[in-house]
This record gives sequence, structure tokens and C-alpha cells, in this order.
Amino acid sequence: SSQVVWSMLGNRQFCSYKMTTKTQNFCRNEYNLTGLCNRSSCPLANSQYATIREEKGRCYLYMKTIERAAFPRRLWERVLLNKNYEKALEQIDENLIYWPRFIRHKCKQRFTKITQYLIRIRKLTLKRQRKLVPLRRKIERREKRREEKALIAAQLDNAIEKELLERLKQDTYGDIYNFPIHAFDKALQQQDAESESESDAEREEEDDEDVDKREFVEAEDSDLSDFEDMDKLETSSEEEQEEEEEVEKTASHSKSKGKTPLKGPARRKRPYIEIEYEEETEPTTKTKAA
Amino acid sequence: AAHGGSAGPPAPERVLFPPTFSVSEIKNKQRRHFMFLRWKQQQRKEKLAAKKKRRKEREALGDKAPPKAVPKTIENQRVYDETTVDPNDEEVAFDEATDEFAPYFNRQTVPKILITTSDRPRGRTVRFCEQLATVIPNSHVYYRRGLALKRIIPQCIARDFTDLIVINEDRKIPNGLVLSHLPDGPTAHFRMSSVRLRKEIKRKGKEPTEHVPEVILNNFTTRLGHSVGRMFASLFPHDPQFIGRQVATFHNQRDYIFFRFHRYIFKSEKKVGIQELGPRFTLKLRSLQKGTFDSKYGEYEWIHKRREMDTSRRKFHL
Repeated sequence: SSQVVWSMLGNRQFCSYKMTTKTQNFCRNEYNLTGLCNRSSCPLANSQYATIREEKGRCYLYMKTIERAAFPRRLWERVLLNKNYEKALEQIDENLIYWPRFIRHKCKQRFTKITQYLIRIRKLTLKRQRKLVPLRRKIERREKRREEKALIAAQLDNAIEKELLERLKQDTYGDIYNFPIHAFDKALQQQDAESESESDAEREEEDDEDVDKREFVEAEDSDLSDFEDMDKLETSSEEEQEEEEEVEKTASHSKSKGKTPLKGPARRKRPYIEIEYEEETEPTTKTKAA
Repeated sequence: AAHGGSAGPPAPERVLFPPTFSVSEIKNKQRRHFMFLRWKQQQRKEKLAAKKKRRKEREALGDKAPPKAVPKTIENQRVYDETTVDPNDEEVAFDEATDEFAPYFNRQTVPKILITTSDRPRGRTVRFCEQLATVIPNSHVYYRRGLALKRIIPQCIARDFTDLIVINEDRKIPNGLVLSHLPDGPTAHFRMSSVRLRKEIKRKGKEPTEHVPEVILNNFTTRLGHSVGRMFASLFPHDPQFIGRQVATFHNQRDYIFFRFHRYIFKSEKKVGIQELGPRFTLKLRSLQKGTFDSKYGEYEWIHKRREMDTSRRKFHL
């Protein structure tokens, strides 16, 4: 009757375990020995059949004989195999002693493969496991949107500039930037021609000093450039010549001193979003120096 | 019936509706749409008229006018966090004097940073690591090559590294950052987004030089924010070289930390110009762990729990 079964399932009728691909037929039956759909490997079409299956790291030998074909519950007989590889092979041999060669051979092959992959599993679990965390699309989208909004609300450039000016006011930079604050204020408040000429004279004197200073204090480039920047506010033409000299002198330095950073005037060209925020709480900042 | 002509917008006076009528009751979609638009226009006109009237009143009153209403922003409406640090709090000051960063802030240790990635980094991540190494002084980039972090950490401690940065990569872009302070310091795990390398930044300046940059930490208000801020501060050497005129900014806004690297120049005492160099990225804190990196047995000080913490739009933790 196994012949009949095979003639039905194998070729003509439908077998639910059979999976066809372009080149081969596979059998999805869990008791199948080789995994292919063949006359000799079909567990339904062979009344005497054996397989190796592993459960939780232990391997079992399953056997099916004709005598028990009428009792489906007792159909498959299970033998626990030894953990030792050679002893287990002997066990298979002794259990399948008078069985067809094909089944014995395939059983041993399958058992070998299973032990190999069990060893590999054990080795891999000792190494670093990589945990895959799924992304949730809705959450990703929400986070991205919130980040954009936070960026707009942050107004980073303003915040940084404010902080830097704060630090300048609190004298963390010490003597590097010598903005003569008081003279400036006086000049702005009074707006007298005399005071302007006086400050001009002061500036010219300082320029003379600078000429000497250059020899000694070459590292302090920012000093001189700042003086130039201030001078730009009042006089224009003379400074350009001095700037060029400066640039030649500090050619080794990779920074662009005399030019104003492009960020200032060029910023306006960006689409400027007018959002009025009135921040009541001042950002608490950390002052590093001093 | 009593509706006006459907061709052009008829004058509203001619139309008479029963008083309980609403636009949504009309069954015809076209007609309903049309009526709704008309209603909207009317609302807008009324609003404009009200605004104008208010402005006229304000001008008429002159000095006696009531002050302008402050618009509500998310920062204004933020749910008050009880762990907000008061600048004069002694307990906080004492804690900070005795926590893991105390040796750094007492200038006993010099930061030395190891930057590495996850396995098999792709081009963008590698370049980002290199740029980050130029931004952070005294930092070294090492390839991961499949080594376990738990084995790297004792070796780093032996070689006197103070901080470890691991940049996690997914599909060729960096998307995570693990910052670990080494001699048994806290470990922070961030999600990183919108990474821009130097060449993608518009109007950028030249390369960052070797000078030690200044550090700006903005808006870290709560206790948690404070500890994270101190972690960032401890990456950079304590004495910035002002000659370099470089500044690294960590700005916290609504729990997103924006990192920028600029060069500044003082044009006058009231004006400063900044020019962006260096990479930029944003971080979002995912977890803060007490000891060094240990995902299974570590003691977590703070984990972002989505279900509990993302319920309110006005609640932030940093």
C-alpha cells in the first residue's frame, strides 16, 4: 500500500507537504529524512522509516514500522541518542541494524549535520549578540518633526552670539580683546567732533604702537585684527592698506582674519522665518574659564 | 429657497437662514463647500475688523494701554520639573563636587578620548569619526574590528583614556552615540540624527585648528541635564585657548541636544560674527547608566520610556 500512497501523493494528487520549485521538489514534513520529495524519502509513502530530530539540544532517533501502522499514536518510536558522537553513531547502527542501507546512511548524515550546527550555536552564544531593535515609523516621523521644531525654536546662532557677548562682558577673555569700553560710550553719548578727533588721535597712537608690537607679540593676531575692525567704523581707506600688510604677515596662519565671517551679511539671504518668541527664562549656562 | 445665487458670491444680507442652521447640514457637497468658504471669508473679515479696532484703541490710549500679551510658547508652557536645578542649591553643589567628574573639574585629569564605531563602519561614519576627532582635542580614532566592548574598556583604562565614544551605525549612516566616562563613570546612550559632515555645511570656514575650543552648554536645567552637561564638558580640556577663537556648543532645546562648532570673531563689543566649521549633529538622550557600558547588568539611572514620558507635549526631561 505504500506504493499506492506514493502513486497518489508523489505524482498525481495533491500532497500538502510538497513544495515545488523550478528545479526541485521539497517535502515539509517534519519527519522527513532528507527534506526532498522522493519515493525513498517520503515518510508517508514508506512503511518502514527512520529520522533524526533534535529537541532543545538533544537528538532523538525516530523509527516507524509496518506493525504499528494501524496505531497512529504509537507510530513513531523515539530513542534518545548519546551525547557522545561516536557512541550515538553506534546507537543508530544498533537500532537500525537490519534496515535498508539508504535510511541508515542518511540518518547518520543528518545526525552529523545536526551536531555540527548545535556546536556552532553554542559557540555563537558566547560571543557578542547583536540585538535588532525595530524602528517604529510613526515614532520616527514624530521625532523628526519635533526635532525640526526644536531647531527653529532654539535659534542657535542668536544663542551662541549672546553667550559669547556675555562672556566678553564678564571678562572671561581677559586682556585679549581691548575694547576701550568707556571711551566708546563717551563717544556715543556726547557725539562731539572734538571727542571724535581725540579718539582718532588715540587710535593713531595705538596704530603706531602696533607697528612695534608686531615684532614681539606675533601670536596675538586677534588683538590687531580687532583693532582694525573697530577702526573700520570710523575711518576706512587707511585700514585696507594695513589689512593687506597684516594678511601678508600672517600668511602662515590658516585663519582668515581680516575678512568678516560670511555668516553675518549672508545670513539674510536664507528664507528667514519670522517667529516671535519672548523668552522669559534665561538659559542657564556654564562658564568654563576662570 | 432662500439661499442666494450659486454663481458668484451674493451679498450676505439677502440670505436668510433659520437660526439653528449650520453649514454641515447641507447634503450637496459642492454647495456645502461653497457655503463653508463663504463662512470662512466672513470669519476672516470679522477677525481683521476686530484687530483693527483693537489697534485703534491701543493707539488712542497711548501710554495707558495695557501691556501686550505674551504669546504662549512651548518653553513657556513647559511642565515644571521638580528636579530643576537652582543655581544656589547647596546639595547639588555638594553632589557635583563629589561625583565622577570631580577630578576633571578640579583639574586633576586631562581628558583623553577614544572614538570608535560599531562593526564594519561604512564611509560616512568613518569620515564623521575623523572629523569628530579633529573637533575634540586629544582624541584618537580606532577601528572596532569586532572586538567586544567589555574587553576594550579595561584596556582603555589601563592606557589612561578618560572617555570612550562609540558611534553606532545603521545602513551607512551614524545613528547612535554611546558616551562613556571611563574610570567607572556614567554611560550615556544617545540617538543621533541629522549628521552633517563638513563638506555638507554651507558657507563653512576652513578646517578647525589644533587650538582647544571653548565650550558652551545651553539650557541644561534639571539634575539629569546637569549630569549630561558635565559629561559633555569633561570631553574638552579645561583651559580653552582663546587665541583659537573656536567654540563648541551643546544646546539643549526640548530634549534635543544640538551640537555645533563655530569660529567667532568680535567685530565690536556689541557684535560678534560666527562662522560654522566642523560637523554638526543632534542628540537625543536614550539612557543614562551609572557604571561603564553594560547593557544587561548595568544600573540605569534614567531610561527613556516612551509610554510614560512621551504622553505630554510640554514635558521635557533635560
